[in-house]
Amino acid sequence: MNEMILISIYIFVLAIFVGFEVITKVPPLLHTPLMSGSNAISGITIVGAILSAGHGESLLATILGLLAVISATINVVGGFMVTDRMLGMFKKDKKQEAK
Amino acid sequence: MELDLITKIVYLVASVMFILGLKKLSSPKTAQKGNLYALIGMLLAIAVTLFDQGILDYTYIIVGVIIGGLIGAISAKKVAMTDMPQMVALFNGFGGIASTFVAYSEYVKAAGVVGTTDVVISMILSLLIGTVTFTGSLIAFLKLQGWMTSAPIVFKGQSFFNGLILVATVVLGVLFEFDNSIEMYLLIIVAISAILGVTSVIPIGGADMPVVISLLNSYSGLAACATGFVLSNNVLIIAGALVGASGLILTNIMCVAMNRSLANVLFGAVGVEGGTTASGSGEKKTVTRYTATDAGMIFDSAESVIIVPGYGLAVAQAQHVLQELASLLEARGCKVRYAVHPVAGRMPGHMNVLLAEANVDYEKIVEMDMINEDFQETDVALVIGANDVINPAARYKKESPLYGMPILDVDKAHRVMIIKRSLATGFAGEDNELFYDEKTMMLFGDAKGMVTEMVKAVKEL
Repeated sequence: MNEMILISIYIFVLAIFVGFEVITKVPPLLHTPLMSGSNAISGITIVGAILSAGHGESLLATILGLLAVISATINVVGGFMVTDRMLGMFKKDKKQEAK
Repeated sequence: MELDLITKIVYLVASVMFILGLKKLSSPKTAQKGNLYALIGMLLAIAVTLFDQGILDYTYIIVGVIIGGLIGAISAKKVAMTDMPQMVALFNGFGGIASTFVAYSEYVKAAGVVGTTDVVISMILSLLIGTVTFTGSLIAFLKLQGWMTSAPIVFKGQSFFNGLILVATVVLGVLFEFDNSIEMYLLIIVAISAILGVTSVIPIGGADMPVVISLLNSYSGLAACATGFVLSNNVLIIAGALVGASGLILTNIMCVAMNRSLANVLFGAVGVEGGTTASGSGEKKTVTRYTATDAGMIFDSAESVIIVPGYGLAVAQAQHVLQELASLLEARGCKVRYAVHPVAGRMPGHMNVLLAEANVDYEKIVEMDMINEDFQETDVALVIGANDVINPAARYKKESPLYGMPILDVDKAHRVMIIKRSLATGFAGEDNELFYDEKTMMLFGDAKGMVTEMVKAVKEL
């Protein structure tokens, strides 16, 4: 086991703790937007997908990369947009307009 | 080297933006801004990645982003709020499969020499979790969409079979570690992971779907994390860990709200008998039918009303007319609030979104723990499309599947109105004594039709 993987494990463990701390403070009112929003964040795989799709040397790797970019982009774009749409409904001023 | 350093710093900024974004979700006032923060973090991470020197050809990236972006945008715009659970399930699935594709692509790029053991382990985890998330989410989607029976599907030795798949994955992983050039091992791992996703979600019944979606949400984060380990990319590890933690917390909240252990939800196959009508343990109980006009008369003198919405309300699309009724009552000086059980709806927090969509002020939506004390001072508790979450049997009836589940203390209110189609039991198959209580007014009918009649009755007062 090299140094780098150890640092990554450190980061992983600490991030889990940060996640627990931050997310326990989200009220049940917003649990659905939390799920769709965190879903969008898990679309961060798009970073890896871009690197795979742009590699350009192996056709198979590139095609897998393309499929990864498509899936991850659906996750990112869809996730953030739908969360924004939902959170807009929790705004008070917007409600007045609607009435 | 310079660029590499900049990339890593930008990834750190992106990670901080994700954390800040989630932090801002702690209040509905700042939540939308929080989502924007997370989006900015994502765009930063994507932008800096595009400068990577390993990228030789942008064609596939652009094509992928356009296709994925269009699909994502259209579905996000079009989805009805009632269908949010299946949409989130589907998005979870895409997140999972993206991890599988990236990990496999990494293997292809490495041309048979993956490298150290930790990369091999990460790669196998990435393929396993990503694929399980994908097929599991598809099954959850099919169940929620009603394209597949929501009843549990069980076969003999299911848990053993699933365990066997996990063992096989480990064995194949070890074999693969000895010889990275044998691609067949990885292909088999992907194939059996796909099967595992299906066989682990089909035995879970419709009522337990909130738990499953939360868990799959967590998996999609962990899959991203594993991919992060494959690529030695910290932003993936951090973002994935945040999502993994979030999904786990929600899973736990859902389990507590149903007083079930996670193991019981996953392996219990609750609801398999499919009992839908009250079996009635011998004694014939009588129920008095009331009409909307009767309800109107009660509302006439009511000073406080707590509305208890269940998923039946959303199915009947009655939230908007309910809001109309609430406004009418408020105009008459009545205090109206909504009591929402944690498992109301098909995913965590689902009912709140449905009410917000119907323009209900979120400050009037009160959580179970905060409102239970108030029922005893409330004139009318109006229950629409909810059943198990108000069943008093949960408090004392030890042999009931509901026993121990926290419920809304609707029975403490002065009058209880229950709008329901029939006397059928809820998911748990437990008869509800509250239906036969003399202070209960049973209003049989479709939620939307009945509330519409109530609106008319109140207007005529």
